[in-house]
Amino acid sequence: MKVSYFPGCTVKTTARSMGEAAEASLLALGVELIEPKRWTCCGVLHSLADDDAMRLLGPVRNLIRIKKGGDRKVVTVCAMCYNSLARANLLMKKDSEKKSIINGYFEDDDDYNGEVDVLHLLTFLRDEIGWDAIRQRVNSPLGGLLLAPYYGCTLLRPTELAIEAPARPKILGDLLKSLGASVVDFPASSQCCSSYQSVSHPEIAAQVAAEITGSARKSGAAAIVTCCPLCDYNLGKEQFNLTTQGSDDISIPTFYFTELMAVAFGLDLGRALSRGQEELLLTAKGMSSLPGVRGEAEFPEPSH
Amino acid sequence: MISISETNFDPSFAAKLRKISGINIFKCIQCGTCSAVCPMGAHMDITARKFIHMCRLRLRQQVVLSNAPWICAACSECLVRCPNGVDIPKVMEAVRLLTQRKNINYVEPSQMPSETLAELPTIALIACFRKHTA
Repeated sequence: MKVSYFPGCTVKTTARSMGEAAEASLLALGVELIEPKRWTCCGVLHSLADDDAMRLLGPVRNLIRIKKGGDRKVVTVCAMCYNSLARANLLMKKDSEKKSIINGYFEDDDDYNGEVDVLHLLTFLRDEIGWDAIRQRVNSPLGGLLLAPYYGCTLLRPTELAIEAPARPKILGDLLKSLGASVVDFPASSQCCSSYQSVSHPEIAAQVAAEITGSARKSGAAAIVTCCPLCDYNLGKEQFNLTTQGSDDISIPTFYFTELMAVAFGLDLGRALSRGQEELLLTAKGMSSLPGVRGEAEFPEPSH
Repeated sequence: MISISETNFDPSFAAKLRKISGINIFKCIQCGTCSAVCPMGAHMDITARKFIHMCRLRLRQQVVLSNAPWICAACSECLVRCPNGVDIPKVMEAVRLLTQRKNINYVEPSQMPSETLAELPTIALIACFRKHTA
């Protein structure tokens, strides 16, 4: 099966291993992820101005190119790309005045009316692959490791875009269970990581992240699993900058969901894990080393 | 502290925000749920409920000088919890745009240290520059 895949900027630059793990894992499931020709920035963050259509051209341009390529579905691995493309898509379906203005900018193309479905990879895995198929492909289960699925905001808000009922999301937890992990819910699982505030107000971002990681630790989880590269950074790498709140330690390893898939499928990750991540996985799986974690990446070759 | 004075009050302010955002802030019932659920509220000088109230009172100067729209992470928690569906993120964006449309940046990319720029994920920089620069 081939499916149109919108990678976005971050998995092509600072978060390369997240994208490569997605591609390798999907290939192991018989799905080839094909990037649309000439994809450009997804246009994040969705423009919230009612009087300016200019900032919506970016995401719509991508959707038009995907439609012209003959696809009616596109999968993203980044939650922010999902939000930007899906929200623009919804606007093109629902707001006839804006749609008309935006289509006016794309004179050379047929009108775009929201024909392409935008899916986050989690939705694609649940609906088009199925948890059973994933379970069957796992050859190196995660050993019952207790994980806290963290959704962040962009997959669940606003409500009309939510990939699942926002009050009690379970989709990421279901994926992790199919990979052989145990899952625990925690109160801050969809509380914003503070997004771009790690750039503008890093001290505030650190405190906001500390609330989330502290909440996950209190739940007893061994690690947090993220599905957005920015959440992963804010909760993960940023932890070195986090202040300790009171006497509770707030540090906890984080994993990106695609990398855990690759590990559970016995595929090689093309990068070294942090010591916290590696120790956890080794203990849970009862192994003395993870194949290829520090070595060269060896991914299955695509069919073409 | 709310201050009602000639310098602070702009009679066209609520209408201006409505034009930019498309949102009718007079549907707000001042219940305070937005302030309660806001993950960034503890760090704002004026939290969401009061911010909307001051917009309705047309206290332009205090609203524009508030740090609230610049601490806001556009997470939409307030929007999904508001009993009247007031799109507060759009109101926050409208206030940011009042500054940005004058070509004034809140952060200056050219002054960021190169190590910071190299370390931050691409998405962080793009999202920040989208919301915090002209």
